[in-house]
Amino acid sequence: MKVKLENLSKRWGKVVGADHINLDINDGEFVAFLGPSGCGKTTTLLMVAGIYKPTEGNIWFDNQVVNYMTPKDRNIGMVFQSYALYPHMNVFQNISYPLKLKKVPKNDMRERAQRVADMMGIGHLMDRRPAQLSGGQQQRVALGRALVKEPQLLLFDEPLSNLDARLRLSMRGEIKRLVIELGITAIYVTHDQVEAMTMADRIAVMKEGKLQAYDPPDELYDQPRTLFVAGFVGNPPMNFLEVEVSRKNGDYHAHREKFDAIVPTEQGEKTAGKGNVIMGIRPEDITISDEGVGGEIYVVEPLGRDDLVTVQIGEAIVHVLADPVLGLKMGQNVTLDFSTHKVQFFDPQTEKSLLWAE
Amino acid sequence: MSLASRLKRGGAPPLFPTHSKGGMPSIGDRLRSRFGSYGFLAPAAVLVTLFFFIPVVIILVLSFSDLDAANFGTLQWWLPENWSLDNYAKIFNNKFFPKILGNTAFYVVSTLTLFNFSSALIIALLTTHVERRTGFFFRVLWLLPRLTPSVIYIMMWQRIAARAPHGILNQLLVPLGIGTGGNLLQASPWPFVILVNGMIGASFGMVIFTSAIEAIPRDYMMASKVDGASTLQTIRYVILPAIKWPILFVITYQTLSLLTSFEQIMLLTDGGPGLYHTEVWALTAYHRALSNYFGNNQWGYGAAWAVILVIIGVIAASIYMRVFKFDELVEEPKIDLL
Repeated sequence: MKVKLENLSKRWGKVVGADHINLDINDGEFVAFLGPSGCGKTTTLLMVAGIYKPTEGNIWFDNQVVNYMTPKDRNIGMVFQSYALYPHMNVFQNISYPLKLKKVPKNDMRERAQRVADMMGIGHLMDRRPAQLSGGQQQRVALGRALVKEPQLLLFDEPLSNLDARLRLSMRGEIKRLVIELGITAIYVTHDQVEAMTMADRIAVMKEGKLQAYDPPDELYDQPRTLFVAGFVGNPPMNFLEVEVSRKNGDYHAHREKFDAIVPTEQGEKTAGKGNVIMGIRPEDITISDEGVGGEIYVVEPLGRDDLVTVQIGEAIVHVLADPVLGLKMGQNVTLDFSTHKVQFFDPQTEKSLLWAE
Repeated sequence: MSLASRLKRGGAPPLFPTHSKGGMPSIGDRLRSRFGSYGFLAPAAVLVTLFFFIPVVIILVLSFSDLDAANFGTLQWWLPENWSLDNYAKIFNNKFFPKILGNTAFYVVSTLTLFNFSSALIIALLTTHVERRTGFFFRVLWLLPRLTPSVIYIMMWQRIAARAPHGILNQLLVPLGIGTGGNLLQASPWPFVILVNGMIGASFGMVIFTSAIEAIPRDYMMASKVDGASTLQTIRYVILPAIKWPILFVITYQTLSLLTSFEQIMLLTDGGPGLYHTEVWALTAYHRALSNYFGNNQWGYGAAWAVILVIIGVIAASIYMRVFKFDELVEEPKIDLL
């Protein structure tokens, strides 16, 4: 099923939950709503679910406006962060609850619930109460309950946040595979950018109720449209430096106090002569080399595969991912090579990208 | 050491270590080590013994004796040779016994089902499903009868039921050609007895149910809606099971409360009109023991009525606990076993 949000807003008095959201989701697409808490992603999801009524704008399911359709007529399945398993019902009763409400015949109901439970690997736990299950098992029951009525749209509200780190990793893969195999359109709300990046076909980044970007993960990562997106997506986060770009001897240079780096022509052309701009560069795109910008190592944090090195250049602080083989030490002087075609530039006033503006 | 084992061991180790200066035990510490937890239990224990336990024993003993206003001072009612079951036989042989028992059952069952339980639940459900402040406003309205002094509250009802042209109800009914315009309390006292008590009683369950409903995590309600439930189905399958415990509590507590309440009926009809028309068990006990028509207060006989009422209450409470599977409600969660 296709979903389209058109100018969708939700306000409670002066409080703005969602602010003129426009996006469309293709049939079978897996979309993540990503943003910090309070950004309006859950508000938007609950409007899609029919729990909240939009203040303004429309929600389209295929060719139908569903603004005033009750949740029960929308044929959606939803998984909550708390799982929201009914504590007085056992696993079978929880999973078959949506079927019971649809008045599906008893035998049919038992069969379908069992099939879904088996698919989720909890078929042997049918007569347990939720309190007798582990977090991972509860999560599977919640998924089973969402899937049992064969919904046309699956909604996830931070479903992995209550699981421990290892389980979260394996459930992440399982949910992704399940959704792709079933071919159901899915919306996945999360504040964890790794979850969004790894699972979604497209990510809608939100901040303060507004949609900041809506792109596939790689595009979001390589061509961030706004300063917020650039800073929010990626771990460790992107470095930002206020610089001025100018042309010297045929090359473009970004410079500031104790800092001078060559900028590729493509980026230089779009940023030269615009006064102060914000340069963004990811820690993995900076290399320790023989020539470049000099600085002093402030601290070294080993991450295993890489060392996260914090380098002080004048007033500025820059994070660099370096090979542990280099054996860098605190207080050591290094030179950094900033010349990468992945460098980003943003307008400090509008916070929009100077490279990928629409 | 776990909290439970500390509690089991009683007195000795304080739950919260106290720190006093210079290594000298504080006064509290010295009291604690000398008297243990009994010192702290004492005030409550004295109150309960003096005003609850001893009166119960006295009432029980009194109910076996023939103490009344005439032999007061001469009858040694505390001596076992003056005890008999005559009072109990007298109650069961009383020709109004079936009438009073029926009245009591009718009064308790109808007030409980119509108001103290149903109305309370309906008000709680309605006021939790509307905007917060509106819900609060209506709940406050329902608290008013409870806040009004009983005598004033009953006088208002007597005005409502009074005969034409003064009675408020009759001012509406007579122009419509309904009724004769006579005093409605005389014509049909039962609806008024039930209304008067129910309007007060509903607010108790309302408060308990409201807080229980508001304590249900919102996720359950949302999940139920998304799963395809209508509002009524969500109430039936999610809300009611979640407030099973408060429902048991309200029904049990209100049954006992209605069984023993008589002040509103006494003020409104005093058991009338006529002989025993709205006389309930608790009111009979009061009438026999403390307000005899002939001025002969039969304390022993009245006590016997009261003792039977207590037995009825205990039986009712244990039936409720059986029906609601009390054992399961207090069962420890099994999560520790995994």
